[in-house]
Formats: sequence, C-alpha cells, structure tokens
Amino acid sequence: MPLPPSPLVNIDNIESLGLTLPEFERIQHLLGRNPNWTELGIFSVMWSEHCSYKSSKVHLKNLPTEGPRVVQGPGENAGVVDIGDGKVAVFKIESHNHPSFVEPFQGAATGVGGILRDIFTMGARPIALLNSLRFGDPEEPRTRYLLRGVVNGISSYGNCVGVPNVGGEINFDFCYDNNNLVNVFCLGVADKDRIFLGNASGVGNSVLYVGSKTGRDGIHGASLLASSEFDETTEAKRPTVQVGDPFTEKLLIEACLEAMEHDWIVGIQDMGAAGLTSSSFEMADRSGTGVELDLSKVPMRETGMTPFEILLSESQERMLFVIEKGHEEEAKKIFEKWDLDAVVIGQVTDTGVMRMTMEGEEVVNLPIHAVVESAPQLVRPTKKPNYIEAVDTLNLNIIPDLERGEGILKLLLKSLNIADKSWAYKQYDHMVGINTLVMPGSDAAVIRVKETNKALAISVDCNSRYCHLNPFRGAQIAVAECFRNIACSGGVPIGLTNCLNFGNPEKPEIMWQFEQAVLGIGNVCNYFSVPVVSGNVSLYNETKGKSIYPTPVVAAVGLLEDQTKHCTQWFKNPGDHIALLGLTLEEIGGTDYLENYLDLCQGSVPALDIKYERMLHQLCVELIQNDLIQSAHDCSEGGLAVAIAESCFSGPNQTLGATIELKSSIRNDALMFGESQSRIVISYSPDKKEVIEERVNNAGIDFSSLGIVGGNDLTVQLNDKEFIKEKISTLEEAWREPLKRYGG
Amino acid sequence: MKCGIVVFPGSNCDRDSFHILKEILGLETEWIWHKENSLKKFDLIVLPGGFSYGDYLRPGAIAKFSPIMKSIMEYAENGGKLLGICNGFQILLECGLLPGVLMRNISHAFICDTVPVRLENDQTPFTSNSSKGSVLKLPIAHADGRYFADENTLKELEDNDQVVLRYCDSSGMVASENNPNGSLTNIAGIVNKSKTICGMMPHPERQADPAWPNVDGQVIFRSLIQSS
Amino acid sequence: MLAKIHVTLKDGVLDTQGKAVHHALNDLGYEEVQGVNLGKYVEVQLDGLSQAEAEDRVREMCQKLLANPVIESYRFTLDSQE
Repeated sequence: MPLPPSPLVNIDNIESLGLTLPEFERIQHLLGRNPNWTELGIFSVMWSEHCSYKSSKVHLKNLPTEGPRVVQGPGENAGVVDIGDGKVAVFKIESHNHPSFVEPFQGAATGVGGILRDIFTMGARPIALLNSLRFGDPEEPRTRYLLRGVVNGISSYGNCVGVPNVGGEINFDFCYDNNNLVNVFCLGVADKDRIFLGNASGVGNSVLYVGSKTGRDGIHGASLLASSEFDETTEAKRPTVQVGDPFTEKLLIEACLEAMEHDWIVGIQDMGAAGLTSSSFEMADRSGTGVELDLSKVPMRETGMTPFEILLSESQERMLFVIEKGHEEEAKKIFEKWDLDAVVIGQVTDTGVMRMTMEGEEVVNLPIHAVVESAPQLVRPTKKPNYIEAVDTLNLNIIPDLERGEGILKLLLKSLNIADKSWAYKQYDHMVGINTLVMPGSDAAVIRVKETNKALAISVDCNSRYCHLNPFRGAQIAVAECFRNIACSGGVPIGLTNCLNFGNPEKPEIMWQFEQAVLGIGNVCNYFSVPVVSGNVSLYNETKGKSIYPTPVVAAVGLLEDQTKHCTQWFKNPGDHIALLGLTLEEIGGTDYLENYLDLCQGSVPALDIKYERMLHQLCVELIQNDLIQSAHDCSEGGLAVAIAESCFSGPNQTLGATIELKSSIRNDALMFGESQSRIVISYSPDKKEVIEERVNNAGIDFSSLGIVGGNDLTVQLNDKEFIKEKISTLEEAWREPLKRYGG
Repeated sequence: MKCGIVVFPGSNCDRDSFHILKEILGLETEWIWHKENSLKKFDLIVLPGGFSYGDYLRPGAIAKFSPIMKSIMEYAENGGKLLGICNGFQILLECGLLPGVLMRNISHAFICDTVPVRLENDQTPFTSNSSKGSVLKLPIAHADGRYFADENTLKELEDNDQVVLRYCDSSGMVASENNPNGSLTNIAGIVNKSKTICGMMPHPERQADPAWPNVDGQVIFRSLIQSS
Repeated sequence: MLAKIHVTLKDGVLDTQGKAVHHALNDLGYEEVQGVNLGKYVEVQLDGLSQAEAEDRVREMCQKLLANPVIESYRFTLDSQE
C-alpha cells in the first residue's frame, strides 16, 4: 500500500512545526538538500527547547556535576551516585507542567510514569517518589479542579505501579494561575555493576521495541507544548495529551529488571518526549553508530499511521532496547512472559546515519550527529528586571510590631501553603515496598536500602517568592533548605537534581532570572561538594505574557550510614527540653507573615551564610547519630512559632503542648515569624543538656534554650510578657483542616 | 511451614510478603506464577496486595480467571490455608471463596494510613496468637475497601463468628467515627466458615519488620506458624 | 454484531459516586435532578453468532465477568452492524 502523500515543506509548515526560518536554513545547510516532511518533523522535536536545551545549556555548564561518588552525571536518563556496599542511588526530577494544565489527571499520571521509566531504564528498582506541585490562587475555581485532578492522577498511577509516594510540597500563589507546576522526582537503587545506559553500540545488534503499541496520542505533545507560551488555543490541544496505563508500566518494570539480569542487553532508553525519534537518535549518537529501522514493524494501535506520526507519537509505556545479535528470542521470551509486545524493528550499523523505511520505501535518511548535536545553542540576552529594585526595599517603621501572636500564628497555620498536607499524601500509598522509615509529614522522608544498613533521606524544596525577590539567593536558599531538611532527618547530602521552571526565555528578564538561579544553585552545591547529577528545564511557563515566579525546584538525596539513626520533626516526650540551633535576625522580607498578614511580597530575602549553614548541618547530624536529640525540625516558612507548633502536633501518635520563654532585643514579629535561615528546633531529654551544649559550643553554633515540651497549651513568653497562649488542639485543628476542606 | 505467594500481573505487595515470610520469619517461601496450572504442596498460600490486571473492570475480577486459580480453588476446597491481603481479599470475594464484596471507599479516595483494628475472634489459625478484643495498629492502603454484604450474609457471618477484624479507635471501641472506608459494621477482615481462608484489607506484612517499632502485623503470621 | 452492555448497581446498594454527582449537579443549579445512578458501559464486538447465540453468550459474559452479581445488575442490546 503506498504511503499517503506528505504535506509539502514550505515556510508556513515550518512554523507550524515550531521551527524558525534560520533553523530551517541551518537544516538545509547541514543536509545539503531540503528535508522531507518526516525528516522536518524529526528536526522540529530534536531541536525543540524540551529536547535540545537550546536556551539553557550555556548556563547549566555552571553547575558542578562531578565528585568522587558520581557514577553517572547529567546526559543520561537519570543521575547515579555511589552509596557504598556495591549499591548506587539513581534519581531525577522532571516536570510535566504543560500536560498537567491541559488535562490534570492524565498529565500528572504520565509525569509519574515518565520519571519512573527514567529510573528503571538505568537498571534500578524505583523505591520512592516525591512531587512538588504549584497551583494558582485558591480562590480561582479552576485551581481546585487542577489540584484534585493532579493529586488524583499521581495517586492512581503511583499506587498502581507500587512505588511509594513519600512526600513533597504543595504551594499556591496567584503567579501559577494558568501555569500550574507538576514536578515529579523518583529515586531508585541498583547494584553498582549493573547500571544500564542508553547506548546503541555493536554493528549488527538488534533494536528491540518493547511495551505498549504506538498510537496517535501525544503527537508533538510534551516537546511542543513545553516549547511555547500558552494562549487561548491551548485548550484545543487537549487531544495531544497522552493517556497513562500504570498496569502496563508495572509489567514493564518487572520485565525490564528481569531482562537486565542478562548480559546481552547493550542499551536501553525510554521512549518519552519525542518518542521513538529521540530514543533512537540519542542512543546511536552516544555510541557513534548508525541505525536502520523498519517502521512497518512498529506495533501500532491504529491503522494508517504515517511515518511522521509513528516517529513523533508520545504514546506511553514504551522502551527501546539494543540487544546483542543472537539473543533476540531470549529477550522476547521474557517480555512475552509479562504479556508485553517485543519486536525487532531494526539493526545497529556503522554508518552514522539514521535510515528508516516504511513498506520498503525510504522515508528518513539523516546524519545522526548533525541532528542531535547541531541544535542551535543560544546565548540569549539577559537583563535585570526593573521590578527587582522596587521590591527589595521594606520600611519596617511603617509596620507596627505585634503585641500578641496567637492571631497571626493561627492565620499562618491556616494558610494553605503551611497547613497540613496529609489530605494529599494519604491518597498516595507511601508505605508499599516496606522501606519508608520516616513517612511523609516530617522534614525529609527516609527510605531504607534493603541488603544494607543504610538509608536515604530525600527532600524537594523551593520558595519561589524568595526567587522572585532575589533569584540568586532564592535558589541558594532552596538548596540550603533542602540540605537542612536532610540534616534534620540524619542524612548527609550526596547528590542533587533540579527542575528549573521559568517563563519565556526569549525575554531577557526571564533569562536573567534563570542565569541567577543556576548560579545560586551552583554556589551552594559547590560549597557543600554536592554534585548536580540530573535535571530538567521547563521554560515558557507563561500565559498571555504573564510569567510564573522563577521556580528552581531542587531535590536532594542524603545518605544515612546507619538506618537506625534517623530523626523526625515532632516532639516525643513531655518534659523534654526545646532549643533553637542557629541565630534569629531581624528579617521579615519575603515572609509568609508579610504575605498572609499584610498581603505584601516585598523586602530583602533572608541572608544566607553557607559556611554557617554547613556547620549547622554537621552538628545536627552529629547530635542525631549520637542519640542525643529526640526531634529536629527545620525552621523556615512561618518562622519559629510555626516550627514549634508543628513540632507539637505533626506527629502521627500524639499531640503535645509546649511552654516557651524567650528574651530578645529584636522585634516580636521577626523573632516569632521571621524566616532567618540556618535554624533548627530540637528537643532532647533533660539529662542530655550538658553534652548537647558542649557539642554545640564546640561546633560554633548559636544555641538558645526555648522551653519545655508538655501540657495542653502552647504558651510563649517574650521578654517576660505573654505573647502566645492557645490550646494546642485549637492550633492543630487550624492546621489540619484547611487543605482537607479545600481539596475534599 | 511452607509458604507460597501468588504473583499476578500487577501484584505489588508480593515482594513485601515474601520479605516478611522469608527474611524476617525465616519460613520456606516460594513464588507461584499466575500462569502455572498446578500447585506444589504448601501449608499457606498468600494472595498479595496490589492492582492485579490494573484493577481494570473491578478489583480482582480478572485475576479470578488466571490459570493458577483453578488449582488454588482446589487447594482451598481441600482445607488449605489461604490468606488474601487487600487486593488478595478482593480476589477471594470475586472467586466466591469468601462472601460479600468490596466497594469504592465512601470518600471515593484512596486511603493510605495506619489504623487500629480490633481482633474479633482468636479461634482461627490466622489470629490464635493473640486474644479476642486486642487492638492491632495496621496499615491500610486501598480505594476499594468498603465491605458490603446483604443482610442474610451478614447475619451468617456474625452467627458463625467469621468476622476477624474490625476498624476501631485506639481503645478498641468500634464506632462509625473510626470507620475509614464505610465498611458494613466496620468489617476489616473475615474468614470462611471452616476458618481456613482469611481475607483482610489491612496489610499485616507492612507492620512486621523490626526495623519499625510496631510489629503488630506479626500476630497474623505467628498465629499461622503456631497452628501449622 | 455489537453488544452494548450497561452495568449498574442493584437497587438498594449505596451508589456513592452517583450521590456525589447528584450533589454536584444540584450545586451547579440543576435543582430538578432527583437522582443519579452511575454505572459502566461496555461494547463487545462479536463475530459469527446468530442473534439467539449472541444473547446467550453475552449473558454468560455478564454473569461471569462483566458484572458482579452481588451488587450489580446488567442489561444489554445487540446491534447487527453492516
């Protein structure tokens, strides 16, 4: 049957595929001829922002990516870090922002599916998921619909595949109206000597297609949706969003891990964004080989699909393998056992050329290296936005200090950004796999590594208000807070992955934010000697010219050499002492207090002393490892008062009161609700007091005794005057109810 | 005691049950693949939790027709001990080995939590290592866990002492406020008339590893060891 | 031949999803809505069967797999296709 005629290649069509005229001329120059329609489709996805990182690459070079533990840095499906005992941690974070806005349930579900595949293609069993979600103004009717759809999508996919979803963040801000963010992180563990990469080496080896059939869903989906701004037509793009099948994904996980026990697997890559195109081109390019594919052999769900559609389809739950010649039947047998399609669709060649045929007719003939590596690298102009100067000032004299604190404390606990998130994480199976030592609801989740005594602590963080006010310091703080959360759980960070969500890179102000944020991340990672081993860039998070706040989300993995030495954030025993490690400065700029109380997003972002921050983390881990403290809680959004209140009631088993007495010369609001960095609230048995104070002293960290755990109230005396007195059950209810009521 | 764990496509608590039986309790334990047509000799067979066949159509509805289920039905009819956890419970109901049905939670949402359950009958091989009225804290993780049966079936269950676990508060009081999913009379687990087949929504295998302070789930497995 | 099968909850079994949709419709101002039942709709393509055979086979499929007789009832129609 002859193929249907392709559209002619002309200027209008070029733009409909998202390519620019200079890019088209570059293609003509590279090929020495005009590409055909299918070939043009290949260029359009491979050179899209999503696949080529054309705007961001020049800045990402500033991130540290090497270190003694790094087994695999950026550029593969996921990063790999050595954790000792012959094991490695494999992890990555990725965005699924645009698909989740168009169709929240499927967008979020397929986001989970995609990140899982990135992990198990490396040979690792996925053992934990985190997610970082950002939505617009909760008063907007669509926000609730998006929240419910996204949480439901994550829950339905993650629960079915049986990978625990152990935490994350949910944040609301009007800047995410029409541009919600769904960033999903996955952690896997593998044997160090059984890591698989996306290689297509060995002339004559077979290219094996495995998994779901290819349909027309998602053609030009992630790659194109993520490479332009949103407008009124976005809704009409709904049919391009893919549908996830977690059941098939579960079979794929088990079948791939079973196949990987054999030595005949040469390489493997997920057919994710840009589907069969990116997987085949990237694998061949890494090995410097060529590939011949017969597209007629690709399992198809619909009849009459064109080469263009087959190559650009983003149907989910598909993998591309390269198998040593002669082992095809063995491979197929394993996939058949799991009821999965597995078909040899081509061979590796030594030509450096991608040659594809369909029904015997040549449809693609392209030099692989030129397609993968010749994507334009842009050095886009940067310009410091005008608003920065204006928001950086805050005149404290016009803000009267607080006489009493109960009202503000309740206001903050009730705000959706601080309120309890269990409405969401109780819909996620966070225990399957029986590794979750610290469940969601503490600063970081702690996951044990079976067959070792070790555990891994994971946390995902970003305060985008800080990043809006000061992208460099905001990004620094995102990393510092992430590491602090890990320290509060007893871990030492060993690797980081980032998901950089920004607006339209064609605007110099956005590129300036991007550049500053990357420098901020690099600065803290360098100082802590933590490599960035994987990541994702999501640009064009902008609708009708309105951009999101810069949102560089970071997720880190920390190592606990002894899994029994982990810590949680909540108070354990009445009578225990409470203390603050770190120093509170008179800083209220950019706080949740200002935002919620005075509706102000203004002022200097809290200062960060990275040397002090690292000393604090070392001290905290030392205290945990020596069984000296009962709890450790990062003091961040909402300040000291919120950190103490959360320590009282966020535990799973009991609610405890606390009596606090403080003396200080700074303003009451800054003391209780300011967000000075590098602070941790700890509790400990009174008999440990002396040894703790000695260690704190040796570490050079500031220490203030705060009070005692117990009773039915939270009372705070500031400079001998009562500042807060409230039933702890009232505060707990204020914190527990809002998201449940909003989401439910 | 020799244990077998059935692996359906989509089972995802199979490895957890295996870990507890084999690594923690040191029992001889083997996998049983759903496509097998015959069974070796086992003293206990576990139908694990998960989403067999994606829970498509209804949880457990398609697993019922797996090749291995014919041998499992025979094993059960001959008095073999069979434990269905979560999705395994759903499969036992679809097969008719236990009466009733598990419907969508009253909240419509998936619930993952650790909840107290009261042990209602200590005269079964699944519960004999504890005593009637004791309260266990066990994890639940399901979207379809609302037990339902018609009046006659329910009366029969009660008359024969077939209810083994009920959702309760931490003191053991059974009331609608501590019913997480809307189950009829707070039912969390039941046995058949001859007390050889047990289905429960809570996951005892998730609370049986001493890496966590609470090992309440061991009660179920220790009872089985004791009675074998 | 195309079998169009409707599976619904039996009378008297609490239809929580139907109840939720009912509330939602009322909230949207459709006060005339007096009841909502949610069920499943299944299409099965059949080949080489007479009308009477098809009826028997489809009934069997419903009883065996497509409906849970404890809580669900079913009804179906058979359309002959060109």
